[in-house]
Amino acid sequence: MIRALVNVPKTARRGEIIEVRAMIQHVMETGYREGPNGVTIPRNIINRFVCKYAGEEIFSAELFPAISANPYMAFSTVATGSGTLTFEWTDDQGETQSTSAEITVT
Amino acid sequence: MKSTRPTLDEAIRSFTGGAAVREARVKFEISPLVENGNAVPVTVEVDSPMTAADHVRRIALFNEKNPQADVAVFHLGRRSGRARVATRIRLAASQTVVALAETSDGAFWSAQAKVIVTLAACIEDISQQ
Amino acid sequence: MLRLALLGALVVAAVGAVADIAPKDRRSGFEFMSPQTQAMQSDETSNPGMLWVADGERLWGESRGSAGKSCASCHDDAVDSMRGVAARYPAFDEETKRPIDLMSRIDQCRAKRQGAPSLTQQSDELLALTAYVAYQSRNMPIAPPDDPRLQPFRDNGRDWFNRRLGQLQLSCASCHDERWGARLGGSVIPQGHPTGYPLYRLEWQTVGSLQRRLRGCLVGVRAQPFDFGAPEFVDIELFLMERARGLPMETPAVRP
Repeated sequence: MIRALVNVPKTARRGEIIEVRAMIQHVMETGYREGPNGVTIPRNIINRFVCKYAGEEIFSAELFPAISANPYMAFSTVATGSGTLTFEWTDDQGETQSTSAEITVT
Repeated sequence: MKSTRPTLDEAIRSFTGGAAVREARVKFEISPLVENGNAVPVTVEVDSPMTAADHVRRIALFNEKNPQADVAVFHLGRRSGRARVATRIRLAASQTVVALAETSDGAFWSAQAKVIVTLAACIEDISQQ
Repeated sequence: MLRLALLGALVVAAVGAVADIAPKDRRSGFEFMSPQTQAMQSDETSNPGMLWVADGERLWGESRGSAGKSCASCHDDAVDSMRGVAARYPAFDEETKRPIDLMSRIDQCRAKRQGAPSLTQQSDELLALTAYVAYQSRNMPIAPPDDPRLQPFRDNGRDWFNRRLGQLQLSCASCHDERWGARLGGSVIPQGHPTGYPLYRLEWQTVGSLQRRLRGCLVGVRAQPFDFGAPEFVDIELFLMERARGLPMETPAVRP
């Protein structure tokens, strides 16, 4: 049950700098922990995050095991026009989760 | 078990390709004393006009004592408007953390912080979960 | 190190007298946290517990079990129907003639009305549903019901709270009534109010229940913890909610 939450202002003025926040449910298993049976739990982290605005990449990240469980990121972008922001997270198992948010720019 | 991770300096060099790093322009917000190393809020802000000609390309975080030196690399651009990123990181022990920024002219900038991690009392035994 | 700190607390606790915390002195664990952890809880766009609340909202509207019903089929919009509910739990269950906590009530409702299989106390699905229901009481004062049938169970909970347990022979009261505000192994001892469950604990790196936290406390004093779902836990919760009466609900709280 992976679930993501993003926060993008619903409206902005053209040229305004807006803050975008993105959070996703993920255990971010480091690969350095042992389970109760003493066996190392295999690494499984979100290693890549991409945010696109009207199809163009505006922010991305390479993540390592030192990023906390349920990764949270906040970043900025310039409100260039009304459209869709898409968010995509990819983990070590190749599983991809995505979500989107609309912004109206006046 | 002997650690095979690179030192903090080696990790920084692999990011910069050996270029000089100036300790300026980067504002690194992280609490000097944290209650739990599992989720330490950090904010990095770089002083930059963020124009097509002059902007921050990448912001990276490295640590001194975790099993792995890398924390994250963020890719920004002229459309970012402001060179500011926030996230939450894991710190396995009290240590130094470094924020690095690469600007569009190929220069590197940094700030570092020392963080003391206090351990919570009454930690749950993993075998009890 | 931890053991020494606990033994130190024991020595100090032994001379103190057991006294309830006066209502004016009641403080949520929120007040004992760093500003950074407080901000993580207060700002819903960065509170990781909101991921479970959001998932609970989705689950609320999804059909489950043989009856083909969702929670919403009977309870409509939780924003209205579940407002204030968590602030009044545990409640008296007519069927078992015992108090029942919110998680078990939700699970019972699933089994009886939806014909869905029971969920474990640790399952993300039950935690998410409970977090979503409890979120509808966020900022509302804890208001335990004046149901006289609950009183013997609440008294039993109080007895457990004051009973010395485990190899360290510490009671809940030894730390959370008598030593709150003091430090134990680097962290401040809070008063132990269950204001924000299910909550996101940085130690756990996930959302968990009050029973999980109580088990952690029992292990901390080197006592054998009760099993999940044990009636003792519900009695203790009943007492804890009375003890926290008036404090605002914080679900999903964040704690270190």
